[in-house]
Parts: sequence; C-alpha cells; structure tokens
Amino acid sequence: MGGMRLTQDVILATTGLTKEFKGFRAVSGVNLEVVRGTIHALIGPNGAGKTTCFNLLTKFLQPSAGSIRYKDRDITGMKPADVARLGLVRSFQISAVFPHMSVLENVRIALQRRRRGDSFDFWRPERVLRALDGEALELVEAVGLSTFAEHQAAELSYGRKRALEIATTLALDPEMLLLDEPMAGMGHEDVDRTAGLIRRIARDRTILMVEHNLSVVASLSDRITVLARGQVLAEGDYASVSKDPRVVEAYIGSGHA
Amino acid sequence: MADTAALDPAPIAAARPESRDDRALHRRVFLGIALALALAPLVLYPVFLMKVLCFALFALAFNLLLGYGGLLSFGHAAYFGMASYVSAYAAKTWGLTPELAILAGTLVAGLLGLVFGALAIRRQGIYFSMITLALAQMAFFFSLQAPFTGGEDGIQAVPRGNLFGLVGLADDRVLYAVVALIFFGGMLLIYRIIHSPFGQVLKAIRDNEPRAISLGYRVNRYKLAVFVLSATLAGLAGATKAIVFQLASLTDVHWSMSGEVVLMTLVGGMGTVFGPIVGALVIVTMETYLAQFGAWVTVIQGAVFVLCVLLFREGILGLLARRLGRPL
Repeated sequence: MGGMRLTQDVILATTGLTKEFKGFRAVSGVNLEVVRGTIHALIGPNGAGKTTCFNLLTKFLQPSAGSIRYKDRDITGMKPADVARLGLVRSFQISAVFPHMSVLENVRIALQRRRRGDSFDFWRPERVLRALDGEALELVEAVGLSTFAEHQAAELSYGRKRALEIATTLALDPEMLLLDEPMAGMGHEDVDRTAGLIRRIARDRTILMVEHNLSVVASLSDRITVLARGQVLAEGDYASVSKDPRVVEAYIGSGHA
Repeated sequence: MADTAALDPAPIAAARPESRDDRALHRRVFLGIALALALAPLVLYPVFLMKVLCFALFALAFNLLLGYGGLLSFGHAAYFGMASYVSAYAAKTWGLTPELAILAGTLVAGLLGLVFGALAIRRQGIYFSMITLALAQMAFFFSLQAPFTGGEDGIQAVPRGNLFGLVGLADDRVLYAVVALIFFGGMLLIYRIIHSPFGQVLKAIRDNEPRAISLGYRVNRYKLAVFVLSATLAGLAGATKAIVFQLASLTDVHWSMSGEVVLMTLVGGMGTVFGPIVGALVIVTMETYLAQFGAWVTVIQGAVFVLCVLLFREGILGLLARRLGRPL
C-alpha cells in the first residue's frame, strides 16, 4: 500500500508539529501523513510522545508550532468538539464510556449529536430520543453487546467497555478514527477480538492508532510510524520498520522488546 | 472534570439508568405534592408555606445547576436577590401587576445569569465557584449602593396588587394558591429539563466531559444554557418572594443566602429530583420555629449540616432513594 501515494490521498497531515512543556519538547517537528483508507500505527517506547502527539491531532492540546491539515483544511486552531464534527473522532486510553448511563444510552448520545445536531431543546420530553433507539441497538449488536443494552456501562467488563466505546464512536460515522492504545490492558482473547473489530471498521474508514507494542500492530497496520523522544525515528511497513536497527535499539534501550 | 469529582452527584441517586417504573413513581410523587399543596394551608400558616415554597423553588433551581449540570455556584443569591429587587421595584414604583413584576424580575435574573455565567464557565471546579462568588459580591455591593434598591432599608411596603389586574392578592390564601401554582409549574419545568434531550447531554457531560467533547458536543454552550436556566428559575423564586413578603432587602442578595441554598440542596439530597424541596422545608422550618434561640439558629443549622454530611452524605432523599433502590 505504501507505493503509489498521491497528495490528494492524504487525509491527515502534519508539518513540523511541535509541543513544548516548560522547555521540554515532548513532540518535536513531526511530519506525518496518513493516507485515506489505511490503518496507520503510531508506535514508540514509553515517553516517545505518542499520546502528546495524539492529543495534538485531536486538538485536546494546542501545538507550540507546526500545523495540522485534515481533508485539506487547516485545523490547527480548531476546538476539539469542532474537529469531531468534521468526522475526525478519537478514543481514549482509559476506556471512555458514560459510566452512569445505560449501554444503549451511551451509543444514543452519540447518535443524538449526529442526527439532531445540538440538543438545546430542554422543553421536549426525553421520549423523542426513542426514535434513535433502533439504530443505537443495531450498533450495540454490531459489537456484540445486545444482551447488555439495558445495563449500566459502569457494570461492564474492561473488554466490553472498549467495545461499547467503539460502538459509540461508530455512531458518529466518522471518516477517520484516532484510537489511543485500543488494546491497552487487554488479554490475548480480547486483543484478537478487538483487532478483528478494528479491521472491520477500517473497511471504509481511515484509522490512526497509537500503540505501545510493535507486535500488536504487526498484522493490522498498513503503515507504521515509529516515534522516539518526540521525533519520527522510522516509517514504513512492519517488515522494514521491525528490522530497522534504530527502532530495535530504541525499544531495547527502553527495555521493551 | 477531576476537580468536581468531590461533588460528583452521580454515585448518589441517579446511579442507575431510570426506568419507566421510576417515571411512574415520580408521577405519583407529583400527585402527592399537589395533594399536600392543596391540604397544607388547612393546618399550617399560608405565609410560612409560601416562604417554604419560594425557597424550595430556589433550591430546585440551584440543584438543576449543581446536581444535573455538575456546576457549584457560590453566588446564586445574586439571581434570587436581584430578581427580588426588580420585582419589588416594578410592582411598587412602576405599578406593574404582580405577574408582570415577577416576570420582570425573572427575566433580569436570566440576563444576569447569561452575563455572569458566560464569565464563570471559562474556568472549572473551585475557580468556577470563586468567580460566581466574586460576581455575586459585586451584585451585593451594587444593591447596597444603587439608588433604586433603598440601601440598608431595601424596598418596603411592596403592594401585592391584583393578579392580571383582576384578582386581589391581599388575602394570604389567594396569594398562596398563586405561589403554589408558580412553585408547581417551576418544579415540573425543572423535571422536564432534566428529562429532555438537553438533559441527556448534560448527563453525558457530567459523566465524562472529555468524551462528550470528543463526540462533538460544545460543552461550554450546554453549561451556559443550564446556568441561565438555573439563574432564571432562581430569579422566579426571588421575584415571587418579594411579592409575598412585600419586601426586597439585602438579605436576599447576601452571600449567606448563596450558602443557605447550598445547605438546603445538600441536606435534601443533591442530584435527586425532589431532595431540594425537603431540604428547603427542613431549613425554613428550623429558621422559623427555632427563631426564639436567636443567633443560635445559625449554630444549630451548622450542627445539622455537619451531622447530615457525616451521617448521610447523599442527603435525606438521597438516603431514602438508596433504601428504596429507586431514584427520587
């Protein structure tokens, strides 16, 4: 997939992306290009600046320098909610559900935003939202949670919370998903299931995922960018990146093979 | 988000998604309240009841912001008190009929809420609370200095007037009926706000603000909206109170009034639908029937508050709701 890349194929691009925290450069001059329709992984050892980079892309942090373009539009100065409205939706490292809402309500709140826009209608009864229940239930079923639809999200196991999070994100029908360590803290079975889910989602979407572990993304990603000390160390497919001596050194140096 | 964690109302009453059974229960509680409102004047003084109802509506409005918006305002006296001044002034000096005077007070409170809220929501947690307090102090000094408020004297001898220019409100029982209707209407409106598409978004923001943002919700606009709604309804309570007691004074705009409404809400049960009513009833009853103890009332109130926090952190109705396993 890496071969014939045309500029118009690039959905998300950064130039010279930099973030300084009181003199410490967490991300330094990162140029990143994510091609439409691919699964792109951003990996690196601890402290490489992955999560900072991720938060910059989703505008939860404001860059110190550099620019971000999404679908040929400069989003560098945009607010996070507005970026989400453009179809660039993120997940969180710690599972991001609404714990005191039911599974169905979790998905429905996302649908509510997409289908109704802003909901400032405080005078209407909640039952007008039931019109969205059918679609919400389909999404809940798609991630295998239909038996838990009425359960409170807080009661779900870790893996199921991640599944719910994905269903909620999909309710927005985003063009591009940014996944922050989607496999973090998962056992082998959950990793396989989630990988399958991501592959399915990626059929008609672009995905940029941050991962700590190189082997997790091996079979999943079309392209891998390796970050170390806030800078791009290497880029390419798994075969070339995993053999790159600098990458091997960065991982061994930090004690993570 | 993290800094409001200590006040997170979620683990209390609404810990479980509400079911249709709960709605049916709430409908029965509404019927019970309507019945109590109709029968109470047979055994209790209407003036005392009207005081309870005004404060109960004030506390309900405050709880909308704290319990359902997750925002702790230390300056709600500003909206309650300013509305009371405007209502009193409109009725006395402009000679407006009581419903128009109350409407004027309510609208001014809403506008004030829009301005103060827009400034305060830029900060979170304790900083938010401090800004609301500072702005409310400004409202207090404005009330002290401005010519139309009557300074230390306040606006006295406000005419109760004739409702719609027709029905005289001089009779306490007639006025009680009007106040009871205002209270009941305000309560139903707040219930609807909580259970609306808007209320659903508020719930999501309170539950996980970054996630709500990542779904594309512009959360500050929702916070401002609930702030304005809460200020407006607090204003409705204050404006009504001015007509009932024929008085608007510095007491209503003083910071201790902001504290009192926090007390009522916490004692009754923050984040419960009906808790603030119980809280207002308890606090106003204590103030009225313990008045003979003079300054000790404050000490007793303080003791009750400490006991409440120690014994049932969720408030009276929060505790009851937990016992019943139903949101109240």
